[in-house]
Amino acid sequence: MALDSKIPAGPIETKWTNHKFKMKLVNPANKRKYTVIIVGTGLAGGSAAASLAELGYNVLAFSFHESPRRAHSIAAQGGINAAKNYQNDGDSVHRLFYDTLKGGDYRAREANVHRLAEVSGNIIDQCVAQGVPFAREYGGLLDNRSFGGAQVSRTFYAKGQTGQQLLLGAYSAMNKQISEGRVQFFPRHEMLDLVVVDGKARGIVTRDLNTGEVKSWAADAVLLATGGYGNVFFLSTNAMYSNATAAWRAHKKGAFFANPCFTQIHPTCIPVSSGHQSKLTLMSESLRNDGRVWVPKKAGDNRPANQIPEDERDYYLERLYPSFGNLVPRDVASRRAKEMCDKEHGVGATKLAVYLDFSDAIKRLGKAGVEERYGNLFDMYQQITGENPYEVPMRIYPAVHYTMGGLWVDYNLQSTVPGLFVLGEANFSDHGANRLGASALMQGLADGYFVIPYTLGDYLATKGTDKLTTSHEAFKKSEEDVKAVTKKLLAVKGKTTVDEFHKKLGLIMWDYVGMARNEAGLKHALEEIRKIRDEFWKDVLVPGSETEFNQELEKAHRVADFIELGELMALDALERNESCGGHFREEYQTEDGEAQRDDEKYAYVAAWEFKGVGEKPELHKENLTFEYVKPSQRSYK
Amino acid sequence: MMNITLKVWRQKNCNSKGAFESYPVEGVSPDMSFLEMLDMLNERLIKKGIEPIAFDHDCREGICGTCSMVINGRPHGPIKGVTTCQLHMRSFKDGDNIVIEPYRAKAFPIIKDLVVDRSSFERIMVAGGYVSVRTGNAQDANAIPIGKHEADEAFNAAACIGCGACVASCKNSSAMLFVGAKVSQYALLPQGKPERKDRVLNMVAAMDAEGFGNCSNTGACEATCPKGLNLTHIARLNREYISAVLS
Ligand SMILES: Cc1cc2nc3c(=O)[nH]c(=O)nc-3n(C[C@H](O)[C@H](O)[C@H](O)COP(=O)(O)OP(=O)(O)OC[C@H]3O[C@@H](n4cnc5c(N)ncnc54)[C@H](O)[C@@H]3O)c2cc1C
Ligand code: SF4
Ligand code: FES
Repeated sequence: MALDSKIPAGPIETKWTNHKFKMKLVNPANKRKYTVIIVGTGLAGGSAAASLAELGYNVLAFSFHESPRRAHSIAAQGGINAAKNYQNDGDSVHRLFYDTLKGGDYRAREANVHRLAEVSGNIIDQCVAQGVPFAREYGGLLDNRSFGGAQVSRTFYAKGQTGQQLLLGAYSAMNKQISEGRVQFFPRHEMLDLVVVDGKARGIVTRDLNTGEVKSWAADAVLLATGGYGNVFFLSTNAMYSNATAAWRAHKKGAFFANPCFTQIHPTCIPVSSGHQSKLTLMSESLRNDGRVWVPKKAGDNRPANQIPEDERDYYLERLYPSFGNLVPRDVASRRAKEMCDKEHGVGATKLAVYLDFSDAIKRLGKAGVEERYGNLFDMYQQITGENPYEVPMRIYPAVHYTMGGLWVDYNLQSTVPGLFVLGEANFSDHGANRLGASALMQGLADGYFVIPYTLGDYLATKGTDKLTTSHEAFKKSEEDVKAVTKKLLAVKGKTTVDEFHKKLGLIMWDYVGMARNEAGLKHALEEIRKIRDEFWKDVLVPGSETEFNQELEKAHRVADFIELGELMALDALERNESCGGHFREEYQTEDGEAQRDDEKYAYVAAWEFKGVGEKPELHKENLTFEYVKPSQRSYK
Repeated sequence: MMNITLKVWRQKNCNSKGAFESYPVEGVSPDMSFLEMLDMLNERLIKKGIEPIAFDHDCREGICGTCSMVINGRPHGPIKGVTTCQLHMRSFKDGDNIVIEPYRAKAFPIIKDLVVDRSSFERIMVAGGYVSVRTGNAQDANAIPIGKHEADEAFNAAACIGCGACVASCKNSSAMLFVGAKVSQYALLPQGKPERKDRVLNMVAAMDAEGFGNCSNTGACEATCPKGLNLTHIARLNREYISAVLS
């Protein structure tokens, strides 16, 4: 199948504007005749639900959470980018476009990224109008900070709780539509299958997590906004429930999965302390605005931080990257931290950490100034580690944080299954091989507030759909399939818990498909993951029954999918014989250890087609062309 | 390593009667989080063929508001400003007995064990927790300057994570702090002004309809709230309500 990205013709600055004009509109009176299913009500899904309902569509929104406000978007800390140039420091749509494309190591579509930069300003306007309390200056105007990979201050924030405030904004807009009856929200409903009829996405099958009831829902289009798949690694900064099941089951129904190996390892997380650890906690990248990263110059130096004199400290990011310093992009900062620890300059009990030091910032801004900016992050750090970061430097280490890969979508956010649209972190669209800080919130809200309202209308107006109810056999079949998998999981009655399998998978993924990858390691990982899959279905122990609230059963479904997805990630990483952004193949690096791209052979999106469990998926390539930004070796020196 | 004993509320579903069960937990490391300690216990229970303890959680970093249990009589446990998921075992000592219960409030029915249904909070928000603004061409964000002080105050109100600890800590199961927080946020901002009266009336009506109790100013909510929301929000809610009723 040829992949058509549907990028509109014309100069990049006018593509989106012209496309919006050319797209068909649904007549206002007809909109309410269309039912749209939205799975996931985080930033992307919540904003889409509110906007589509406002337009008049009949929206059915589903989340496995008890409330939209619990979605993992709530945890985003640092901020959201927008090319407002309020600081008059030289920002522009073009610069945001350029930074994002370069930050993604030239593995994203120019047209998508440009559109994202274009609508970024509207997002801030929209959120302020909703009453989102962004940080302000004394004069009453909005404040900005800077983030990695940029030399301008374009990040809007609400203390260290930007995601919370933006999500509550989208949630409030959605609540307004619920109150008017245009959105129906189904909490604690987990999508376990996508229903495709005559080649079009026409509905879903859910399990009610309170009662276990399996049910079908029909619609004219289905939107997935179900978040990322970082939890394949077990330990990540994602919430415990974040999972890939909706995307994976859609993949099995024909939606191609793009660039699965592009995962982001965030440089500033609290290091792992013990084997009981259930998740990792991010310390926002915004900390790198004022914190300085260092390690002892001497390998194996065991002295406490405050006993290491200034001239025996290696501020390695400032040394290696004089112009970006501590604000290099995430992939670069993570890799360098790993390198320092590999060379035995690591600190703390496990030696798998580097320092992030605020003593200079405290001297410059005063303790109160630092508290004003980062107070809640410092408290969080202290609560977890028992150490006071106002007094001793933080210890940080990279952790899995975000997945750039996801379901393949065209410019209209439509997947390879007509009528199935994918928004937010669940799609692969805008971040290439590495996402810049504060750009995921921007993308999720761009998709939901400003892109899908247009492109969905075009689909419905041109393709229109015939009436269909859940009595169609395709729904019955999906329901049976879902029930069969559930029964199978419960029937194994083995000896190994779901978490044990998940942790085992996570370790393999981290060791071989993590920050640094190589051919032998990836081949080994593929073998090991297949073994885990076989063992899982022979030996998993899932207690309880399917007709009740059963958290182990929920996890079992998700981990079964993580195992299959993990295999695809390793395969994708093996096939991509280059390094780019977060995908670092040790065989392909420059003399000074930077990622070495191979634009001749790999300037493409790898979109995988599912061929059956244990079967080799088929690779489809979408070639990337660059007309406006010449790909170059990324340099942050 | 510590050994502790948990007394945990077990209840199969909303229709059955619950009871406390005791579980000794050995080998607890002080670096573990409280929920990691429960994870460890659950793994052991599963292997012994006992149903694991159901509890709600997700972000495990104090922001999603999902974790919800009462630990030794206090929602979110012993430390001020800390949610259950951020609590670490270093706050306990070897030999401790720890009692864990679900939130108890008429408006939060129990789903299973420690998991409760907080959809009553959702219905209050649907009744008025928003500014009516359409997506599209909102005016430039800097066209409405807002003083830093008001903006910060509004932020503090908006920091509520919707956990429900305020309700669980209140002898009347009042939701005034939760509702006051949202009403305050919008009352402090120019964007919230046009719908100010309807909002407070509708949200308070929804709160009453859900069966939350009245506020008798004991201050238990303020003392328990993990996000430091204080009684000024309740005071503002009362002022907003009275002026809406009078006008
Ligand atoms: C700790 C942390 C900090 C971050 N900080 C920043 C930041 O400062 N700036 C930034 O730009 N980005 C940040 N990010 C990234 C950003 O927060 C996420 O990429 C973004 O919020 C994802 O939004 P989403 O709407 O796509 O998904 P989510 O918010 O994860 O929402 C997923 C939704 O899908 C639902 N769902 C999933 N599967 C199913 C299913 N099978 N059935 C039913 N419902 C389902 C869930 O219930 C939920 O409602 C951060 C991420 C993390 C983890
Ligand atoms: S006011 Fe505090 S205790 Fe009550 S729901 Fe909000 S955060 Fe929780
Ligand atoms: S689990 Fe999210 S606040 Fe506790």
